[in-house]
Parts: sequence; C-alpha cells; structure tokens
Amino acid sequence: MDIDAVPQEGNATLAGHRKAMYARATDGRIVIAASRGWEAEEIVTAHAVSAFDKQAALVRERVERGAASPLEYWMIARRMDAALLAQASGIFGWRVRRHLRADRFARLPARTLARYADALGLPVATLVRLP
Amino acid sequence: MTATLAAATPFEHRHAAHCESGVIANLLSHYRLPITESLAFGLSSALAFAYLPFVKLSGLPLIAYRMPPRSIIKGLLDPLAVRFAFETFASPEQGERRLDALLAEGRVVGLQTSVYWLPYFPPDMRFHFNAHNLLVYGKDGGDYLVSDPVFEAPVRCAAADLSRARFAKGVLAPKGLLYYPRTIGREPPSAQAVQRAIRKTTRVMLAPLPMVGVRGMRLLARKLERLSASDESSFAFIGHIVRMQEEIGTGGAGFRFIYAAFLQEAAELARQPPLAELSERLLAIGDGWRAFALAAARMVKGRDALAPSALSERLREQAAREESFFRALSAAV
Repeated sequence: MDIDAVPQEGNATLAGHRKAMYARATDGRIVIAASRGWEAEEIVTAHAVSAFDKQAALVRERVERGAASPLEYWMIARRMDAALLAQASGIFGWRVRRHLRADRFARLPARTLARYADALGLPVATLVRLP
Repeated sequence: MTATLAAATPFEHRHAAHCESGVIANLLSHYRLPITESLAFGLSSALAFAYLPFVKLSGLPLIAYRMPPRSIIKGLLDPLAVRFAFETFASPEQGERRLDALLAEGRVVGLQTSVYWLPYFPPDMRFHFNAHNLLVYGKDGGDYLVSDPVFEAPVRCAAADLSRARFAKGVLAPKGLLYYPRTIGREPPSAQAVQRAIRKTTRVMLAPLPMVGVRGMRLLARKLERLSASDESSFAFIGHIVRMQEEIGTGGAGFRFIYAAFLQEAAELARQPPLAELSERLLAIGDGWRAFALAAARMVKGRDALAPSALSERLREQAAREESFFRALSAAV
C-alpha cells in the first residue's frame, strides 16, 4: 500500500480515533501513517455490533414476556455468551444456562446475584431488572 | 554486557499498528534501546497464520495472522539480550498494589488486559478480547497514565476500570500479568539474529501442519467453500474472518505491511539487499489481503451477492502467493 492509498474514510466505529498503518512513502521507505478508517473494517465491525444489538432487542422482548431472565439481557448487553459469563462469574455453564430462565433466576440467593453482578460490572439492583 | 536500567525521561508515546509490538518497542526505547515497532515484530518472528477451528471466540474460530500473545516479548529475549520480569497475581488487590509499587520506583510497566473493560476504547471496538497490551507510565490521583500504542496519544484510565481489564476472565485471561525489563543488552541485533528470525518465520509459514501457515490458509479456504450462500451464519463467519484480519490487533494485511517494513530494516542490518526487493513483494501480497477483506465486507453488507466460493478462490491465491514468497525468503537467508 502506498501512503496516498491509506484510507481516510472516517469510520463511525473508530469514533474519531486514528489507527496506525504501514505504507510506502514516495521515497520507497515503509513508514507509519495515521488512518481515519476504512469501509471494509467499518462494515464488519458494525455488523458484529448490530448482531449483539439485535439479539439484545429479542431478549428484552422475551424478558418482558417472562420467557427469559434479566440476567440473559445483561449478558448480551455486555457482549458475552453463557460460556464467557460462566468463566467470568465462576459459576458452571449448566447453572448459568439454567439461570437465564426467569423462574430460576427469580429464586437466586443474594450471593449468586452478587457474583453475576460483579462479573457483569453492575450493581445487583440493576441486574435484576431491564434498563 | 548488561548495563543498568537507565530510562530516557520523560516517557515518549509512539503510535503503533499492533499492541504487543508497539508496547515492547516503546518500552525498550524508553530504556535506551531504540527499536522500531517493525523491527520488534520481525526480530521476534511474530508473523504467522493459523486457523484453529476448535478455539472459539464468542462461538467463532480463532484465525490468527501472527504468533500467539506474548511471543513478541519472548522472541526478543535472545536477539536483543533483554530479560523481563513477568508477574501474575491471585487477586486484583495484589495486582494493583504491585503495579503502584513499580510505578513508585519510576518504572514503566507493560500490562496484558481485556479490551472490553477499557473505557477509553470506542464503544464499537469493545469486545471480549483478552490479549491486549498497554504500558502504564504513571498514576495521577485515581487515574493511571496509560500509553496504549494503538492510540495516537496517551490516555487516562480509572484504577477500578484498569483493574477489571487486567483481571478479566475467559480465553487468554491475563491474570493481572505485568512485565518490565530487568536487564537490557546494549547492542543492536546482529546479522545472524536477523537471519535466524527470518528463517523461523519461513519455517512457520511453510510448516507441514494442516492449520498453520499457508496450509492453514488452504484449510480455511476449504471451510469457506462449504459455507451456504443463503445461511445467516455464513455472513457472521465471513464478517468474523475480516474482523480477525482487519480489526483485532492489526490483522492480516497490516501484519504483512509491518513485516515488509522489517524486511527493509533487515536488508540493512543483515547487509542483504535482496531482502528489500522481497519487501516490495510482500507489500503487494498485503494489498491482496486488503482486496480479499474488501470483497468479503461488501458481501457482508449486501452490496455484492454472498459468494463463498469466490472468496475461497481469492484465499487460495493468497496462499499460493505467500507460499512462493516464503520459499524465496527462505532461499535468500
């Protein structure tokens, strides 16, 4: 890549930041140039973010119907899956998946709620309801 | 050979394309062993390719365009005669105390962290990736002064946030890892060290293993070929390939460009002008990776019809170009 080809497309996903890229200067030396972003990266980043957002909207609707627990909503909002939440909280995966059900979640003792809240970086009071 | 660890003051932040090579280059430069990011990257034989279907990140396979985390730091131990201290901690409290103590001694300290829990990252970039690297060069009240080389300027990070990022759980959990140089040899890398590093990279890229190097690319090409053009999960998979390539760290094309910069430096250090010509060839291969990424992204966006077989074909071309490139590089050293 030549230095005048370093993309400066103003990616929304970079939020105004610039990233360093290596490119060939006119004298042939390969140097660092700051890039405002590239369409290809923006597309795939936005796609991954929107996959989480769509999933969060679906889960929110299921929580409102009582078909899922707020824990599942917050898990998705924190861009986690059950496996990662299990590791972050130190609670076995099969238990985490069980706690994604509204009825099971409603019966959790304070100490289990505290572990989830800590793993998700939330106060317990926030964890037990939708935002 | 080993001098005392005199630091150049004040600390100088330099923008880098990749976190680990940037951190280590800035850290060593601070301790008066001036080194560029690209030299750190090449000298540690960091360039690679691996497609590991059984290692999952958020349910999608690991596709790496470089060696595993920490191999840049470890790869520099011999060629630069540096020794690092690596410390991990059982609890965040211990980790924070130790970091504060090292900063109080005036040291600049490297950390492994999660990206997700660092609030200074743009929200769209915050995913659960645990092998990020950054430097801490001071503390001001409740904030750490952070030199994150993938950012243009130094940033601040509240102590509680940094602690959470250092002790994030999951794949590649950092366990509070911090590192700092103990002793640093003062000599520039020898021609032999440069050649050894290049030979190691060619061995990895041409390795007779199915998931590594150019064979790994062909394995991924076969996987791509089998994707259904109508399945929603195919979009996620292809988007993931491009994200692993262009976003996580600096990705496939980016690493090829860094390595091309290294080959220019290597041509001088090892007094082997042919390496400069090979550098040009690698730049062209990097452009091929960018073309692949753009073609894939356009399909993800729906601008072009999803055609896994076309992408697979491009990937095979890249594999063929890299195979012949690394054979030529191997012959040159």
